[in-house]
This record gives sequence, C-alpha cells and structure tokens, in this order.
Amino acid sequence: MYPSRFQYEAPHSLTDAIGLLHDGGDYAKVLAGGQSLVPLMKLRFASPELVVDINNVPGLGYHRADPDGTLRIGALCRHVDLERSDKLPPVMAAAAPLIADPIVRNRGTLVGSICHADPQGDWASVVLALGGSVVAQGPAGQRTIPLKDFVHGPFENALAPDEIAVEVVIPPPAGQRAGGYLKLERRVGDFATVGVAVAIETGPDGAVNRAGIALTGVGGSTIAATEAAQALTGRPLTAETIGQAAARAAEAARPRTDHRGSADYKRHMVRVFTERILSQPADEAERAA
Amino acid sequence: MTMVYDDEAPSDAPVRRIRLTINGKKKIAEVEPRLLLSHLIRRGVGLTGTHMGCDTTNCGACTVLIDGYAVKSCTMLAVQVDGHSVETVEGLSSASELHPLQEGFKQEHGLQCGFCTPGMMMAAKALLVRNPDPTEEDVRWALSGNLCRCTGYQNIVKSVLWAAAKLRGEE
Repeated sequence: MYPSRFQYEAPHSLTDAIGLLHDGGDYAKVLAGGQSLVPLMKLRFASPELVVDINNVPGLGYHRADPDGTLRIGALCRHVDLERSDKLPPVMAAAAPLIADPIVRNRGTLVGSICHADPQGDWASVVLALGGSVVAQGPAGQRTIPLKDFVHGPFENALAPDEIAVEVVIPPPAGQRAGGYLKLERRVGDFATVGVAVAIETGPDGAVNRAGIALTGVGGSTIAATEAAQALTGRPLTAETIGQAAARAAEAARPRTDHRGSADYKRHMVRVFTERILSQPADEAERAA
Repeated sequence: MTMVYDDEAPSDAPVRRIRLTINGKKKIAEVEPRLLLSHLIRRGVGLTGTHMGCDTTNCGACTVLIDGYAVKSCTMLAVQVDGHSVETVEGLSSASELHPLQEGFKQEHGLQCGFCTPGMMMAAKALLVRNPDPTEEDVRWALSGNLCRCTGYQNIVKSVLWAAAKLRGEE
C-alpha cells in the first residue's frame, strides 16, 4: 500500500517547521514517530498534501524533571525512552511497556500519540489522570493547553494548523505518588479493549491530596472520570472509598458493544481495573515504578 | 541506484535524493517521498530478505534495524533514512559464515515456512546487542511485536537463546 502523493519537508528548526505549516495550506501533517500517521496515509484515511518531518529538529527527544518536580516530555521522546526511564510517576511507568509492541515503541512518541487523539490511545488517559498539559508552539509563540481541553473528540485535537505540540508537561506531585495503568488487550500490539489510568498523590497524614482517573477505549474520546476521582480526594484510601471510586468510574464509561466485547463487559472491567490499581499495596506500586 | 516510476507520474513528482548506509555499504537513492522503506529495500536495493507480511504494522516480518533500533520498515518512509544506517537480514552473515542467530534458527528448528524469520532475527539482534544474557521471558518480550503462524514460538525462543549462548562463547 502506498500513501497518495505529498510534498515532504524535513526542516532543522522548529521555526522553519512552523513556517512550513503556516504556508502549507489546509492539509499539512507533522511527522514525528509516524507509527499512526504512516499507517493512516497508507490506508488513505489521511492524504496530507504536505508532510513536515520534525525528526531532524534537534533537542526534542528529552524527558526530564525540573527541580520542582514538573516532568517534561519532548515531541521526539520515544515510547522506548519512557519504558527505560526511572523518572516517571507510577501510572506512566505502568503504561510505557503496554504501548503497542516493542518495535513500534522504538519509533512512536508520547506527544504524537496524544495529538493523534485516538479514543483507544493509552497515553492520553495517563496524561489526563496526571492533570498534564500540551505545550503548542505556533507563529505567535507558545501556549499551554490542559489535556482535558486538548482532545476534542475522536482523532481531533485543539492545535491550529500552524501549531506543533512541542512537549507534554506533568505538574509536580502534591504528595507521595501512587497509581497505575491496566489495559485489557486481545494480544500484544492491539488497541485497548479497556484501559484505566489512576494517579493519586497522598499527603503525610494518609489523605489523598489529588486524584485523577481516566479511561481508554470506552467512549468516543478519552474519558476523565472526575466523579470517581472526587470520591478519593481528601480522605485516606479505604476499601469503602476504593469501592465508590470504582463504581463511579464504571458509571463514567460510555462503552459500545463491538468485536472486542460487550458494553456491559467493558463497563465491568473499568470497575475491576480501578479497584485493582487502587488496592495494590504501596510497595508493589513502588516496585512497578 | 535508479528508481523507476510510473509513466503517468507528473514530471514535477517530488523526487528527493537521499544517502544511506545499508549493510555497511553507502548508497544514494532517488525516491518519491511516499516510497516506503520496505519497498526501497526490496525493489530499489534488491534485498528481498526483508519480507512484507501484513503491510499494517502488525506482523513484524519487515523488521530492519535503523541505527541499531528495530523498526517495521513498512511503517517508515524511505526518505526518513536519509543520513542513517539500515541493517537487513542479509547483513547478518559474512560470505563464509552464518551469524549465530542464523545458526541458532538452524540448530533449534526455529522456522517452518520461514516468512517471519528475517524479522524475528533482526528483532532478536537488537535484543542481544542490548542484553547479551536474556532470560526466556526477555526473549518473548522482545519478540512480542513479531508474529509467527507456524512454530508456536517455542523453537524461535530456543533459537535466540542458543544464539545468545554462542555469542557469549558458551556453545
């Protein structure tokens, strides 16, 4: 399968890349890892007239923690870099080895996955649960878009045609981090039948200072289970709060029956996964991280 | 190297000249941006050891190494390897000697139809460079992006472990 014809540019700076997008008309695409874009182009679901390959732009492959604990993931940071990292919150460390398959992880990027905005993409849930944002750079400079406002719907994001998502930012933790990501997939490399991301930050008194729960593959876009997270906030984790959060997460799901399972089954798995992540002992969460 | 285009291609078809190293040999290629790396390798360079299986990023038969990293060559544009180094299954052996991975697949019956084998070997090579002493679990993990419909994977895993031992000087 061949993509349809397109003009290809591989600039060496972000300024040039943004300039190309600005002048590139209505249908230009940014190529980072290409593990979603190239298959879409081959299937002719996407037929951009211009492809701006940013792989020659130096200095975008990083992921690093600022002194205050803010985590920054650059546009060319590959899944494999995150899989091998020791700087990640538990929910990210748990998700990194579950993205696609090991070969795809060598090329694909977290930022690209979020821009792709596939309702079955894992990273968007993880970043949503952590309260993260996307930094977009365009001709007028940079702006920061919280992830909850970034993903508009299936395969739709908030970027202007001449903007590039240059990094994802995870705010510093408000306490001891715990959480995890569980994904039900039929086989390695398949999209999630159900995925649940849970991030909690606990104070010295044992109360949860901040909680985020987000769902993959059970709706038209990534779902923030806000009420489920609220059931945890301000209280210590107990069997009761965990049960409440899991029930509310299941209520937030909007699954559809398809070849991967029935709606009821998927909703049930959201409850099971939420409960399972929140019930894992703290030492296990640390080991997983 | 010369590429042949359809006669109806417009005269302004955006052809780009790229330089790459493939199995240690430097090449210059003129490619249309939409040419896939797998097609450059197979049709352009004529190295047909890299197989096209699913053409949808699932099966891993087309796996090659780009600067040492395993990549599915059906999911990369040929223009993207400009300035980079590509290694295919043909690069494993020398004129007189098989690579330990090839020997391992022979010794442990790691293939039946053989279609997935080049991809398996390249993914395994990337693993063994990074981890010369992998466990069975490590091998299964590293090969989880490569599909085989014949062997049930048992003998492929044994083959890679055999090669790892040989490369460590233990066979």
